[in-house]
Amino acid sequence: MNSLFPSIVSRSQSSGLMNFFVPIISIVLTLITGSIIFVLLGFDPVYALYTFFISPISSTYGISELFVKATPLALIAIGLSYCFKNNIYNIGAEGQLTMGAIFGGGIGLLFHDTNAFWLLPLMIFAGAIGGALWGLIPAILKTKFNTNEILTSLMLVYVALFILDYLVVGPWKDPFGYSFPKSRPFSESGRMPLLFDGLRVHFGLIITLFLIFISWFIFSKTIFGFQLKVSGYSPKAARYAGFNQTTLVFFAFAICGAFAGIAGLAEVSGPIGLLYRDISPNYGFTAIIVAFLGRLHPIGIIFASLVIALTYLGAEDAQLFLQIPSAVGFIFQGLVLFYLLGAELLINYKLTYKKLL
Amino acid sequence: MSDTILNIENITKSFPRVIANKKVTFDIKKNAVHAILGENGAGKSTLVKILYGLLEPDEGNIKLNNKDFKVNSPAEARKQGIGMVFQHFSLFDSLSVKENLILGIDDQMSYSDLENKLENISSRYNLPLDLDAPITALSAGEKQRVEIVRILLQDPQILIMDEPTSVLTPQEVESLFVTLNALVKEGRTILYITHKLEEVISICDTVTIMRSGEIIDTSSTANQTAKTLATKMLGQKLDDLKTNYGHIKDEVNFEVKNISCDFNDPFLTDLKNISFQVRVGEIYGIAGVAGNGQSELMDILTGENINIKSGSITFDNKKIEKYGPQKRRDLSISFVPENRLGHSAVPELSLSENILLSQFPKNNFIRNGIILKNNVDDFANNVINEFKVITPGNDAKASSLSGGNLQKYVIGREISSKPKILIISHPTWGIDAGAEHSIRESLIELSQNGTSIIVISQDLDELIEITHKISVIYDGNLSKPFKTSEIEIEKLGLLMGGKNE
Repeated sequence: MNSLFPSIVSRSQSSGLMNFFVPIISIVLTLITGSIIFVLLGFDPVYALYTFFISPISSTYGISELFVKATPLALIAIGLSYCFKNNIYNIGAEGQLTMGAIFGGGIGLLFHDTNAFWLLPLMIFAGAIGGALWGLIPAILKTKFNTNEILTSLMLVYVALFILDYLVVGPWKDPFGYSFPKSRPFSESGRMPLLFDGLRVHFGLIITLFLIFISWFIFSKTIFGFQLKVSGYSPKAARYAGFNQTTLVFFAFAICGAFAGIAGLAEVSGPIGLLYRDISPNYGFTAIIVAFLGRLHPIGIIFASLVIALTYLGAEDAQLFLQIPSAVGFIFQGLVLFYLLGAELLINYKLTYKKLL
Repeated sequence: MSDTILNIENITKSFPRVIANKKVTFDIKKNAVHAILGENGAGKSTLVKILYGLLEPDEGNIKLNNKDFKVNSPAEARKQGIGMVFQHFSLFDSLSVKENLILGIDDQMSYSDLENKLENISSRYNLPLDLDAPITALSAGEKQRVEIVRILLQDPQILIMDEPTSVLTPQEVESLFVTLNALVKEGRTILYITHKLEEVISICDTVTIMRSGEIIDTSSTANQTAKTLATKMLGQKLDDLKTNYGHIKDEVNFEVKNISCDFNDPFLTDLKNISFQVRVGEIYGIAGVAGNGQSELMDILTGENINIKSGSITFDNKKIEKYGPQKRRDLSISFVPENRLGHSAVPELSLSENILLSQFPKNNFIRNGIILKNNVDDFANNVINEFKVITPGNDAKASSLSGGNLQKYVIGREISSKPKILIISHPTWGIDAGAEHSIRESLIELSQNGTSIIVISQDLDELIEITHKISVIYDGNLSKPFKTSEIEIEKLGLLMGGKNE
């Protein structure tokens, strides 16, 4: 007779093939569970799923929108993995994104009547600096005063948002904007070039892919990536090895801040074109999910950013065509996370039914 | 009085890639001290974990007092009368002795009942305890006493002791043996897990020897000698090691002078005016009971802590007390701290990756910040082959290796870079006799090739076996050195207990 409850036993070798299939299996299971939920809500599951997952990307425009949303998510998530690999919980990427938009956007506003090839690169650079500086504040507080970076980085998000608020209603308000809380538009050469005519997907995607590739190289091939990893797994071992952990904290925050800053600048100089209050639908926070969903791995993050971007789009369509709250998007984000983590567990462990003695 | 209390029949337990117990069968007699002797990895721990309800056997039967015995948790095992004292204490450091005892009790019990019981146990079994002392203030021996008392409160018939003497001073060992004898006299049975041969002969009545998951022999300890037991345990002949002073040069290449360090922390021991000199090719041993400043001294020797109050460290005529670990490695100083998992190695990383924790200038592992993976892999393979590390390959995670194998790997990593001095803490802590033997041999060989070695260890046998000089650390003070060949054990024992004549 076998025991009723299985026990979890470690597998000696995890299957590489299954590792590859995990995301696909998770998506299939999410779709099955999702359709059950839709049936319970009284919708035709096929139609509902179609509305949620297929119709948003069934046109070139939809696919372009998917990439528009995935771009900042992936870029911030890969930046966050520098911190998370080092066991630093920077959850203030939203603030770093905002500061990047302020710095880069500030340059754009300063040269709003200039058209020159150097303007966009300068804005991107300023965006990176702004994000990095904002990221360095919690780094300094952590290394000098031993404060908890989770709290400081989170609180700095709201400080950054208020600064942006102040700027767009105060000094940077559009003089011809009828008192709306927004800045004047950037000049044409201060905008991210579009990749295709008539679609919103922009050059930020190329920057993101490039930085993801660079990050993959740093994580897997360089001693710096190794130091981040060791210091994350075991600070004592890092100290034994003689790695300078203060420097690592600074670098992780600065890189993450810079990436988030570039993402913020890419948003305002891409789809938006000017500065105003709501430049980001919480990309900086959602990217935390993307980073973990992607297992802090560059390829994983690309995949995860697309999945999460799709739940954003699907929720909008579902609200429009099915009249269900867009919060359904969160349910799908949760389901994907649940099945991914579950599949991850089953790759490394197996369930066995023991014979009862 | 010699009837059987526990029958173990055909117990088999397998883990991925290894069978830890193969049809293990033997009986344990009531009212005796029964030893299970074997190297680490022989299957001792697996067997007792099965008895204590921490693991479930794949096959086999256990009978306690001729009744089927099957438990799924330690709590059930305790209820049935089996208690266990682990090698690593599971006490809350910041709580008092009394609070720890209360936390360990499965049943309800009133304070006054508890105190009565405690008094009774303390006096009957030679286990004096200060109930209000915080655990941090206790020595290893006292902590172990708390563990034993905690188990005795549940009145077990069988008490499993896992390597109980590994952290004790010679005096504390004596006192533990008095306790064990008192327990046996009362009709209890002790299952004594060890790899120390002398202890088996001096305290145990019966011994079961395990090797690679199988029972080699169960017999009375009468007429056994350390040699006969060792041969059965290891299945091969041990070479006798001999202290050899011939190769040591007169030149001192490592000198610690008047190092003092205050920590302002009740959990750490301040170091007081520590001085010693190591000559080229010499193995210098630092003995002492845990918690007398060894790890604090180790951190200063490795450069992980460079905030000393006063004093200097000189190596090859350079003052290095302000150098961090990497700068010291650049001078060909190498270290192996006590803790393998998470200090000298990262369990989550592969063996190859673990090589990169300790880089010497001539290694050529990095060029322009980029890891030269082939060089690292070659180095790892070389360590694995040369030091006979048992592993599927250099891509195996460090956590998948047994303690002894990982320690061989870590020490092999350091030795392979041919350092001028090796500073090593507890080189054979918690590992099997086979690995222990090969590590000690490689340390001796290294010194004969001209490397100076500093060994910090609690294991006196080890220090006597391999070192040329020994001094004792007690409460942050280091004694003068003694020549190992002329040393008396009693003298060391006294110094370790803080009695300087």
